[in-house]
Amino acid sequence: MADEGRPGATGGETYPDDIRYHPEHDWARVDGEEATFGVTWFAQDNLGEIVFFDPPGAGATVSSGQPYAEIESVKAVADVFAPLSGEIVAVNEALSDAPERINEDPYGEGWLVRVRLADPAELGSLLDVGAYRALLDSERGEA
Amino acid sequence: MTRYTSATGADRREMLDAIGAASVEELFADVPESMRLRRPLDLPDGMAEQDVHDHLAALAARNRHCDAEVSFLGAGMYDHYVPAVVDAIAQRAEFLTPYTPYQPEVSQGTLQAMFEFQTAISELTALPVANASLYDGPSSVAAAAYMAKLETGRTRLVASRGVHPHSRATLATYGRGYGTTLEEVALDATGATPIEELASAVDGETAAVFLQQPNFLGTVEDLGPLVEASRAHGALVVCAVDPLTLGVLEPPGEFGVDIALGEGQPLGNRLDFGGPSFGFFAAQERFIRRMPGRIAGETVDVDGRRGFVLTLQTREQHIRREKATHNICTSQALNALAGVVYLSWLGRRGVVEIGELMLRRTAYTRERLGLEAINPGPVVREFAVRVPDLDALLERARAAGINPGYPLRRDYPEYGDGLLVAITERRTRADIDRLAEVAAAAREQVTA
Amino acid sequence: MSPAEPRTLTIFERSRDGRRAFAPPATDVPERAVEELLPAAAIRRTPPRLPEVSEPEIVRHYTNLSKRNFDLDTGFYPLGSCTMKHNPKVNERVAGLPGHARLHPLQDAPYARGALELMWRLERALAEIAGLPHVSLQPSAGSQGELAGLLLTRAYHEDRGETRTKVLTPDTAHGTNPASVTMAGYEVVKVGTARDGGVDLDDLRTKTAEDVACLMLTNPNTLGLFDTGIEEIARTVHEAGATLYYDGANLNAVMGISRPGDMGFDIVHFNLHKSFTQPHGGGGPGAGPIAVSDRIEPYLPVPRVVHVPSTNGAEPVYELRHEAPKSIGRLRGFQGNFGVFVRAYAYICSVGGDGLRDVSETAVLNANYLRARLAEAGVGELLPAAFDRACMHEFVLSGAPAKRELGIKTLDIAKRLLDHRVHPPTVYFPLLVDEALMIEPTETETRETLDAFAEAIRSILDEAREDPDIARNAPYDTPVRRLDETSASRRPVVREQHHPG
Repeated sequence: MADEGRPGATGGETYPDDIRYHPEHDWARVDGEEATFGVTWFAQDNLGEIVFFDPPGAGATVSSGQPYAEIESVKAVADVFAPLSGEIVAVNEALSDAPERINEDPYGEGWLVRVRLADPAELGSLLDVGAYRALLDSERGEA
Repeated sequence: MTRYTSATGADRREMLDAIGAASVEELFADVPESMRLRRPLDLPDGMAEQDVHDHLAALAARNRHCDAEVSFLGAGMYDHYVPAVVDAIAQRAEFLTPYTPYQPEVSQGTLQAMFEFQTAISELTALPVANASLYDGPSSVAAAAYMAKLETGRTRLVASRGVHPHSRATLATYGRGYGTTLEEVALDATGATPIEELASAVDGETAAVFLQQPNFLGTVEDLGPLVEASRAHGALVVCAVDPLTLGVLEPPGEFGVDIALGEGQPLGNRLDFGGPSFGFFAAQERFIRRMPGRIAGETVDVDGRRGFVLTLQTREQHIRREKATHNICTSQALNALAGVVYLSWLGRRGVVEIGELMLRRTAYTRERLGLEAINPGPVVREFAVRVPDLDALLERARAAGINPGYPLRRDYPEYGDGLLVAITERRTRADIDRLAEVAAAAREQVTA
Repeated sequence: MSPAEPRTLTIFERSRDGRRAFAPPATDVPERAVEELLPAAAIRRTPPRLPEVSEPEIVRHYTNLSKRNFDLDTGFYPLGSCTMKHNPKVNERVAGLPGHARLHPLQDAPYARGALELMWRLERALAEIAGLPHVSLQPSAGSQGELAGLLLTRAYHEDRGETRTKVLTPDTAHGTNPASVTMAGYEVVKVGTARDGGVDLDDLRTKTAEDVACLMLTNPNTLGLFDTGIEEIARTVHEAGATLYYDGANLNAVMGISRPGDMGFDIVHFNLHKSFTQPHGGGGPGAGPIAVSDRIEPYLPVPRVVHVPSTNGAEPVYELRHEAPKSIGRLRGFQGNFGVFVRAYAYICSVGGDGLRDVSETAVLNANYLRARLAEAGVGELLPAAFDRACMHEFVLSGAPAKRELGIKTLDIAKRLLDHRVHPPTVYFPLLVDEALMIEPTETETRETLDAFAEAIRSILDEAREDPDIARNAPYDTPVRRLDETSASRRPVVREQHHPG
């Protein structure tokens, strides 16, 4: 039987307004025909100190709302969901040596993958920062 | 009250009072009437310790063990000498009685021993990462197949018939669950795995190829070309090895295999009629987060002191549950401890010396027996011969207090008159000469 | 245990070129060159860098290592779900007899009669305890018993021409259950837990369809509660044509009281390293025999022990049968962990049929007593029982109020217990209880030990009211203190790198 790891979030709780959010606590920053994906402050805080990110290879396709990779803390594994559909063009190689960047800077150096978007119109289904904060409030209320 | 429980009548009354229950019976109120056993278990009553001892000693006395005959039995487990230091350490309560080291602050003994064991297995196999043990050799083979299936997404397995029959049978059993098929490649006329046949059996659907060095017949396989042929279509290459031959045989890591594994019994473990022993499992670095079983890792505590923890636990069933790399929980920690103590005892030179001794005695025995060899090429620790009247030899040898080896007919119908003869450091020249004399006498009897 | 000391060295770091513990036996056959006996490509070029140490150094190294372990012979070990009961010493003695320990697994049956008879007798005893007629001792541990049970289930359905794809497991299940399900090629379907801690029957009925192959259940479950809905569960599962699998991890609660076979289970696994006293060895070895009903019997693993009773005064015959047309085959090498069978059989002989019932009754009494002690004022409001019912052999508390009121987590309580020379209970399992503490005292502990544990918990909570940092930074008095598991996982170091040579 296992015991539980220690929480490891660093930095303050932030939710930038220049990105869009998926209810599974993932984000997308759209830049022309491509977008960068990552996980939110809430997601990394929930998981604790992140020890490993297992990305799919470049060229893999991802579908909106479907898991495309896993991130691990010492004693938990979480699926990462694609906010939008497309084809992976780059993965954040730096995370293999320093997965802690996801904790330290989830919206910057802790980005996960870059994707060439299949259908930019999907963006409309994502949440803006206000809607995402409301979602967090309701989830925390239940807990 | 049994002799292993302490609750007296007074204890029970006072404890029930504290609970607020009138009787022990009341504590079982949730068990439905229809599901209660309304009679005593149909088993004998408890016995005094001395009677238990005598009963089990009487059963043990009906077994002919390796000190009661001269045994050339091998075929996966071997009569090696287990030094006293192994028993002394492995019987220490501090190693014998704790659970899995989930509280590392009070489990450094077990955790460091696991780390040392992993290091020793890495050194023997020349592969960078090893786990802290699996159940045994054959089930480790099945664990490798599961890993290969998850890694490649393919479902076809290819195994040389030189791989232990129990390993191949286990692969077939597990495969019915996780959905793999098994194709076997027959051995050639020299008892070795044929390279061309192996190469043509491997295709783009093959998840893994299984080899064994030395193979079940004791043949030293030509591993380089076999590994090369195996990996042509992207399959993982898995090689079972006998750890006590790795002082003289080039280790699997030097041939670029992906996984090396095997049965750990030769390393300081008892025969125990087949278990418990341990399986070991080593692999290339890139598989470290795909490995089955527990792994100990080095770290520091809050005061900066060196310490060890179970690491990479997200692979395991208690965290990853249905997506785990294997379902194993309890493994063979105490047996692996015996393994690393044994390897420390043997040491860097000892492992070479014992390998050379087995090599020379194997060669001597094969020549001395003078029977037709099934595998006439290079052999170590074991070899197979054809015996014209196998049953006559078995009978005569038994009568002389010798167990001449393992008849191959059950596992290899193609070698119906085959006998597998195993050599360890315990089989002296005098033992071998006696076997040769019995074999010669049996042969004369047949001829006469 | 020894107090903290400077940097611990591995056996590899103690190595010095030229030392040795092993002296090889004399070479009594011609000393032919290795190059003459092996092809060049097969000869090892660099010897493995094993340690070079003398025997005294080995003894001192591993003896000192052993003192960095907490163990059951030293102190209380109430690890829930693990049944850390006393390991009788006579078991070690009989397991070490040469007739057992030095018996080759391929010895012919006529020369291994004692071993085969022991296996047969153990099979019969386990069959009686399970209430199921047929036993295979072969599985190496509980997890392999589970896999065997699922492969048996698959063989059973396929033999009837049915294809079923799903296996139900409660959300309270041990992690091995879902892991075994996937390995056996099935899809896991989770069943919820009702308010009383048992299986949610409505959820079960909804999910039990024709594509369900099996329900895996632990009873009493991992909350330490006997599922009162067991009759209805068995009926529901059997009506759908599925098999019912009993995870025997918690058998220590019901031996001689209620039998899985009588509850309607088709397949049961035993953990001989839990209820039947095989020492845990720091993580094995164990053994996970299975008992099955008549309809499952044809598929049992091979080899199987066959007993031909004596006739006309002749000796009874014990053999191994290697062929069975419908068998799932073998799961491992040889016959199983025989050394574990010897200890389990010795234990059953020692306590007897009457004693096994006493064992379970006392285990349940001890658990309920400790539960009552921990419900007392000053403790109970901070660590309430997750389900307020009589428990079986173990119980689960929630540390959520302690976390809220005192600011210490269950993990902190566990770590502080180490300073009290007690092994902590299982923590953070089962997953559905917040800040769970799962406590299994076992029948072999005295009331005084249980009282001392209750007092230790009380003193930790009292201390935390004054200064929660004491628990948060515990332990203090252990060979090492809290370890950095994060770095160990981020940049794993899994072997000694810098040893001489």
